[in-house]
Amino acid sequence: MSLRIMPKGALKAWVTRLQSRQFKVVGPKSLHGQYIFDEITDPNDLVLDYPTSVLPPKKFLLPPRETLFRFNARTMESHAEITVEPLIIFGVHTCDMHAIALLDKVHNTGYADQHYKAHRAATYLVSIECLKPCMEGSFCKSMGTLTVPEAFDLHLTDLGSDYAVDVGSEKGEELLEGFSSVWEPTESDYERVNNVMAAKWPHFSYRLECDVTELPDLLSISQKSPLWDELGERCLACGMCTKVCPTCYCFDVTDEIDLNLEKGERVRTWDSCQIEKFAVVAGGHNFRSSRALRQRHRFMRKGKYQYEAFGLMGCVGCGRCAAACLVHITPVDTFNELYRMRQSAKAVPQPQIKEPQP
Amino acid sequence: MTTLLNETLRQESIYIPTPARIATINPMTATEKLFRVALPSGFSLAHRPGQFVEVSIFGVGEAPISICSSPSHSNGSFELCVRSAGKLTNALHRLSPGGTIAIRGPFGRGFPIERFRGKDIIFVAGGLGIAPLRSLIEEVIADRGKYGRVYILYGSRSPNDILFSEDLKLWANAPRTEVHLTVDRTAPGWDGNIGVITTLFPKLRFHSRNMVAVVVGPPVMYRFVLMELLARGLADGNIWLSFERQMKCAVGKCGHCQMHHIYTCQDGPAFSYAQIKNLEEAL
Repeated sequence: MSLRIMPKGALKAWVTRLQSRQFKVVGPKSLHGQYIFDEITDPNDLVLDYPTSVLPPKKFLLPPRETLFRFNARTMESHAEITVEPLIIFGVHTCDMHAIALLDKVHNTGYADQHYKAHRAATYLVSIECLKPCMEGSFCKSMGTLTVPEAFDLHLTDLGSDYAVDVGSEKGEELLEGFSSVWEPTESDYERVNNVMAAKWPHFSYRLECDVTELPDLLSISQKSPLWDELGERCLACGMCTKVCPTCYCFDVTDEIDLNLEKGERVRTWDSCQIEKFAVVAGGHNFRSSRALRQRHRFMRKGKYQYEAFGLMGCVGCGRCAAACLVHITPVDTFNELYRMRQSAKAVPQPQIKEPQP
Repeated sequence: MTTLLNETLRQESIYIPTPARIATINPMTATEKLFRVALPSGFSLAHRPGQFVEVSIFGVGEAPISICSSPSHSNGSFELCVRSAGKLTNALHRLSPGGTIAIRGPFGRGFPIERFRGKDIIFVAGGLGIAPLRSLIEEVIADRGKYGRVYILYGSRSPNDILFSEDLKLWANAPRTEVHLTVDRTAPGWDGNIGVITTLFPKLRFHSRNMVAVVVGPPVMYRFVLMELLARGLADGNIWLSFERQMKCAVGKCGHCQMHHIYTCQDGPAFSYAQIKNLEEAL
């Protein structure tokens, strides 16, 4: 919509001001040498120049444990439990913004999820331009997620002494309302922004050997690849890859009831397709009985299924699953290995089918 | 004015079910009971054959269950044939008539019955698969003139496991309708076929050109029945199947029923063989 300039020194005053306007402010802060998204009570704790967070900001839109409704098992009354508060998430990286764009799509498709929508409507996203690679496993440039999608309210770019502030929505304007330490950009400010943007690209490398647009087709022809068995042998089925994933949204639903067996709540909690019982039906049949099949399902969702179902990639290249995996199963290695297997299969002449001898 | 039950999902929350009363319970076998569920006045289910509902008991949980009565036999109430096989279904079996449960749905795409008009139909049911098929068979029998010949093949574990035996007799007496039963294990008094469901096929004389097949049964059954049907020349698009999957939400969110880009709860559970034949893990 429009661009503003804010001196970096004004950031703390801005955060304090937003808090005084009854916004809850969360953002990256340091904890035991890693970064987590957490409530910022002291603006000094907010770190916008951070590598990556342990969990993505998804946790504010789809909490790990969320009450869907409260019920009374005697009277059979039930009421939705949707409690939200105005929340500003600072410092969302562009990969995580792409993930939120997918979550938006999923939860507004078909029967829209009122719980997600309520969280999302109350949330203000202040994203930040990534100017250098954050961690070893990330491959955002290959996935096309190194620029911000339209989902942002405000988007910051670090210009050294100032932030360029892109205003992406009315909600973004609302956050800047009455704050005097922002100004309209001059010609030289535009030049500074463009120079920073031009300088950032060479810092990032393409880590996939194929183009992102090839992934759905590559995965289509890799359904029977021996690589899945190899990954299945290594996988510990711990589910960490899905826990840290910004686009994983699968959940379990359980009832919790008071000891008097009257009042209770129906709760959803994060679930993982890597856990053995995820696709088991009542008769006991398991549609993905092996770790190989479950890893295949996960990578297919990331590079093919979600794209086909929702038009957006299920992987945003953040690299968190690669960092979390205890046995070094990574999307970059997996996609590249499938690509190499495909390339070498092309190079090798296909075995000829011989006519049976009479 | 009646409200469609699934319209309530668009109000407060897609996860909130509507209370419903158990009108009657009929024990069917050692493990299955037939429940007639009455919706509160002013609500209608308006389901299609092959759709399912999510059944809740507050404090226990929720599970997807096929609707086994046809739309024309579901005026303000509908039937569920439930096997006691898990936490929710065990609790359901402990309830008495007059008890209250809660319902969401109906969900998914049922069978495209309008595409079956004027055609011969072969129904193939294995075990509890007869339940979702009954919603379709009843609809066809009730409107018998609109369809060609009807063949109903039904396999059970033993004669004691046969569900809907009264209905089977009624269907067998309908015009141009054959019912063929088989059991895996015999029992005293059984003089019918013994063997898996595919052993019934050699007894049938049918012409596949104008025929649709509707197959519902345990996962292991599909492959063998498909081989029989394809070998007799049925077109991929004329073979319909219904898939069972774990479903926690039924609204295309929780991910448990996902196979490929398909959410079985919303895009299924009924699929033509043409739709799923190239999907790994589907069968």
